[in-house]
Amino acid sequence: MSDQYIRAIITINGIVQGVGFRPFVYNLALSCHIGGWVNNFPGGVHIEAEGVKESVQTFIRRLKQEAPPVSSINTFQIKYASPFGYSDFTIRQSSSEHAREVYISADIAVCKDCLNEMNDPTNKRYRYPFINCTNCGPRFTITSDVPYDRINTTMNEFLMCEKCSGEYHDQTNRRFHAQPIACEQCGPRLFLLDSTGKQIAADRELEKSVELLKRGKILAVKGMGGYHLACDAKNSQAVRELRKRKARDGKPFALMAKNIETVRRYCLLDEQESELLQGIKRPIVLLKQKLKTELAIESISPDNNKLGIMLPNTPLHYLLFDGVELLVMTSGNRSGEPIYYKDEEVIEGLRGIADYFLVNNRKIYIRTDDSVTSLFRRKECVIRRSRGYVPVPLDISSAVCSVKHLSNAIPSVLACGSELKNTFCLTKGNKAFLSHHIGDLENLETLLSFETGNEHLKKIFSIVPEAVAFDKHPDYFSTRYADTLLGIKKFPIQHHHAHIASCMAENNIADKVIGIAFDGTGYGDDGKIWGGEFFIGDYSRFERQAHFEYIPLPGGEIGIKEPWRMAVSYLAQAFGSNAFPHFLPFLSKIDPQKVNLVMEQIAKQINTPLTSSVGRLFDAVSSLAGLCNVIEYEGQAAIRLEKEADARDTCLYPYEIITEEYGYRIRILQMIRAIAEDVSQGTEISHIAGAFHRTVAGITLDISRLIRKECGLNDVVLSGGVFQNRLLLGMTIDNLERDGFKAYSHSKVPTNDGGISLGQAAITLHKLMEMR
Amino acid sequence: MKPMNECITLAYGSGGKLTHQLINDLFYKYFGNDLLLKGGDSAVFQTQDGNMAFTTDSYVISPIFFKGGNIGRLAVCGTVNDLAVSGAVPQYLSCSFIIEEGFRLEELELIVKSMADTAKDAGVAIITGDTKVVQRGCADRIFINTAGIGLIPKGVFYSVKKIRKGDKVILSGSMGDHGTAILLDRENLQVQSHIESDCTPLNLLLQPLTQKFSDSIHVMRDPTRGGVATTLNELIAGSGLSISLYESAIPVRDEVKGICEMLGIDPMFMANEGKVLIIADSNQADNIVALLKDSPYGKDACIIGTVTDHFRDKVYINTLAGGSRIVGMLTGDQLPRIC
Repeated sequence: MSDQYIRAIITINGIVQGVGFRPFVYNLALSCHIGGWVNNFPGGVHIEAEGVKESVQTFIRRLKQEAPPVSSINTFQIKYASPFGYSDFTIRQSSSEHAREVYISADIAVCKDCLNEMNDPTNKRYRYPFINCTNCGPRFTITSDVPYDRINTTMNEFLMCEKCSGEYHDQTNRRFHAQPIACEQCGPRLFLLDSTGKQIAADRELEKSVELLKRGKILAVKGMGGYHLACDAKNSQAVRELRKRKARDGKPFALMAKNIETVRRYCLLDEQESELLQGIKRPIVLLKQKLKTELAIESISPDNNKLGIMLPNTPLHYLLFDGVELLVMTSGNRSGEPIYYKDEEVIEGLRGIADYFLVNNRKIYIRTDDSVTSLFRRKECVIRRSRGYVPVPLDISSAVCSVKHLSNAIPSVLACGSELKNTFCLTKGNKAFLSHHIGDLENLETLLSFETGNEHLKKIFSIVPEAVAFDKHPDYFSTRYADTLLGIKKFPIQHHHAHIASCMAENNIADKVIGIAFDGTGYGDDGKIWGGEFFIGDYSRFERQAHFEYIPLPGGEIGIKEPWRMAVSYLAQAFGSNAFPHFLPFLSKIDPQKVNLVMEQIAKQINTPLTSSVGRLFDAVSSLAGLCNVIEYEGQAAIRLEKEADARDTCLYPYEIITEEYGYRIRILQMIRAIAEDVSQGTEISHIAGAFHRTVAGITLDISRLIRKECGLNDVVLSGGVFQNRLLLGMTIDNLERDGFKAYSHSKVPTNDGGISLGQAAITLHKLMEMR
Repeated sequence: MKPMNECITLAYGSGGKLTHQLINDLFYKYFGNDLLLKGGDSAVFQTQDGNMAFTTDSYVISPIFFKGGNIGRLAVCGTVNDLAVSGAVPQYLSCSFIIEEGFRLEELELIVKSMADTAKDAGVAIITGDTKVVQRGCADRIFINTAGIGLIPKGVFYSVKKIRKGDKVILSGSMGDHGTAILLDRENLQVQSHIESDCTPLNLLLQPLTQKFSDSIHVMRDPTRGGVATTLNELIAGSGLSISLYESAIPVRDEVKGICEMLGIDPMFMANEGKVLIIADSNQADNIVALLKDSPYGKDACIIGTVTDHFRDKVYINTLAGGSRIVGMLTGDQLPRIC
């Protein structure tokens, strides 16, 4: 009965709108000889497919297999009914475009089809830097409102020419309803400006820009979500000049390579990393650099042996690689400021840094930084989740489902996130919309983009939060913001509880776990600065079981920016002021009066909060080992220590675990004394750093065992910025797994404070539902 | 809405967010009346002879003797200054002592003499007072409360409500001197320095200003506890306007800067006892600065910022690096926020 006629009624939920899904279905139906129709409905698409049984089956199979790269199918339901007698296949007007229910797609790197057209001299979009179709191009960054129609994007300033309009309305065309559709005739164009903002060329902007890059000039280039500062990465003079102008000596520069072959020339990469690089999200991927290349690596990434590289994500970027193969593509900002994304601000903002500006008149509505990611043990670990990833929601069913009584609708929650590397998070149902990377809120521009971003996401996802979550630190600007909101339930969440909950949520864990949070700074429930904590608990409750011993943090923030102060603090605790090892080499670079004053400050407890932070411990050891007395960027001291460490070193430094009423206190002053001794005897830094890493991982296992013995828990969740240290993360996981633990770490959201808001949201959602 | 902590912590007295919370949620709740709720440094009320200003303050400073002054001088200056910044001509002070058993008479005399001298300088008279002695341990040596009253010249009316976009923010001299001097003395830090408290009666500096520029001056405050940062935040709160400061313009003595940097303390949050912040019409700002500079107490006066309407209720610094950093109010101690 192979010619049996059947009708399939198909309902697909997920990201299937604004991604070329309907034209794809239409063309597939034609090629499979299927009758019926397709239309959008709130949350997905409906398809009726009628034809010979075999054809319908093929259609369904290919529907799943060949769906447009950007689409993401959450559910796929099929019902069968008796044939209706369709004579053709049509795209039906959507009955009610409640598009607010529909997820906005993330921005998508230019697709192969568009690239081919762009490189085809006979194509009308030959060398057109804004070519796009339903499979690629800007989305989130240009959308001002929903539904996702051209009128609600920054493309509304451009009137489509007849040809574009034809493609736009042609159901069979790849550009059917491609909202940012454009061509040379009717679309955005480039402008090349000099350092004062004066236009220097009325044509051939691309060729001239390439020429300038080749000559070692620094260009501010407008990309998908904001400006980059670009220069030829192989021109060490240009790179040095850019460092000088950005007043940035050591922080690594991100690179953009012409193609994957170029990346291979400089970095070691496996198949998965190459997929990450070439995928539609096009993040910056941290890769191990090859030891010997002609690249002046020292000036690109002086502190570690990794390079952050991405491939071009816009057609414009592809066109820039004409005679250059590797560009520095660092954020177009001043230190501490968010990247520029408005043409009217960038000229003034980057005055004195950029020699030229390659701007265009397609406005960016929402600033979106490059995402940064990496691969760890065959799993992607996102370090900064932004362009290409946002606003695709994350599933937080574990926070929802673990509540027994699910009779009421699921409430929405706003989580304000952390102070640095801020993201915020909005929930709807069991989905969490983690915002794009906002940045450091102390900066005025950043705080404003936090506020406006918040309103924007609420609007486009039509979310009215019932509760707001925020960090317990009283002086975080995100906390202050939450303070100003009226008529909303408020949930202060402890920093490290949020860290652990964030990791639980992305790993879909609802049950009680052992949580280990190692980071730099988090306001503790006792008013002290936490950051080396062991908990047991779940979304609702969290109890601290153990922590690293409190050590004075002399000077507060200055003690974080200048790790030598923390080293002095540890030494003062370990040796006392009388036996203080003034002779240690790292102190030779510091004014002895300063050292004395810091010791006095510690003794008299002047502006010296107490901290259990493992981040500070890494700082102190790095400084002790002579690697870093003053940092230029966050984590620098620890990065250097990790780079130096000999991973094969099996030595352990001594430490004590003291049993207290509340749990355990980890005492590491013996280790500090031993390290000081090693340093003074000239022991290899690689040994000191290696043994130190192994010791911290060893402590982690010891405490986990003690906790398991008492409460029987076997699942360990690791979170916090310190676990960006791959050596430590690897050693810790190995230790735990060898001992029968199941260890969970971050993958989809950052382990650093960029992931905090997800945890805050999960905890709050859970508590809110428990209260019902 | 806010759950009150069960006990008063030191942070409630720091002049920061918790102090404001205490005032709003407790004192205003029970004492609330029109005059109090205006929330000025002095209460200003009408009499037949014009407006009067009335204020009070308690002094519990430790150490009681410090470089540049003592608790007595401070008790006179503080109250005189609170009157002076409201535009009043300070006239009479009251003075109450709470003294710990065992306090040396010799030291008390030094304090009282210093109060008399300061009052004479400021042209005010101490006309009433009270003395209590408490058991050893029930006070820290000596506490002093003063209250003061002064007449406000006709037509003079300073208020945060008068702040307008474009106004200039003037500071009468270097900031953080008092707070740093006290810190050095209290902790007996082994640092060589010449830093002295700036503790001074401001009325002599401000009276000529009020005579000449009362129309252009919109509001004045003395940035004492919580420093310039806290005072500016208080001034701008609820106005819908913002204050944009120029980092390079804000005067700080090198020594103060150096010590604060060393200890990781921001001089913006350090107390001053002889400085005034003036928000005034931009037209007259330069003239006001010029007049301030005529006095030895205002010789380092300068414009440190502008009132803008770009943002709401924010104080921010345009940093030397080209960015703009928000200067918030602190809840208590300066706790690190960075990772």
